[in-house]
Amino acid sequence: MSNLENPKNVIVDEYLESSLDSVDSSEERAKVAAEQVGLPEDDAYQVGYAVREAMVNAIVHGNRYSANKRVHFVLSRTESSIQVLIEDEGTGFLPERQADPLAEENLLSQSGRGIMIIRSFVDEFVIEKAEHGGTRVVLRKTIPPGT
Amino acid sequence: MSVKLTTRQVGDVTVIDAAGRITLGEGSSTFRDSIKDLTTKGHKKVLLNLADVSYIDSSGIGELVSGFTTVSNAGGNLKLLNLTKRIHDLLQITKLYTIFEVFDDEAKGLASFN
Repeated sequence: MSNLENPKNVIVDEYLESSLDSVDSSEERAKVAAEQVGLPEDDAYQVGYAVREAMVNAIVHGNRYSANKRVHFVLSRTESSIQVLIEDEGTGFLPERQADPLAEENLLSQSGRGIMIIRSFVDEFVIEKAEHGGTRVVLRKTIPPGT
Repeated sequence: MSVKLTTRQVGDVTVIDAAGRITLGEGSSTFRDSIKDLTTKGHKKVLLNLADVSYIDSSGIGELVSGFTTVSNAGGNLKLLNLTKRIHDLLQITKLYTIFEVFDDEAKGLASFN
């Protein structure tokens, strides 16, 4: 957990099914939590959006919708940010192997934009290999001072 | 709420009024099927009105691109109308603003096909 800041307050710590319902619910919980810690509406929307994209990656590409695999979802508040950990039970992911979605030849690709949008919407985004071989991502959005 | 698509004909331009969310799953497949159906029926001038689309994820963006390609390959044009600020921002981030013709006035969008 090298990239995880110490949480001041863990809001959700659950193992979710590999389903689109889990995507919807985690997005909503992240958005609501972001609003509750004082993030402006647009920032809270971006947190929810980033969580949705990361959950889709975990469920579709990592766990491949397997009924036998779960996604570990941890939503917390740290001293200075809202922090989300999402860990799948897939076989790992190498972000450097992903084609650049902004390259001219890839603009008309149907997929491959999720991670780029996540990076645009949060302040920190880390992808790493989990101990058991799956993929762990941690994303953080800074809470404005004084909230 | 998943996406709801309503189609109307204005002259030789097909306007699709979309409402709801275009996201992975039902929303994106509904959109994909609708575009395929239109091109199969020979509709080549398509104006997609996104005024009431509250949310679109990267899968939905992928379907927009796929729809653009499908219509283009059939010899037509798919253009966008009435983007919300959030969708506008997503098209900027993804550089798709360089691909799509975008209008904020329906009359101008319709006229652009002729």
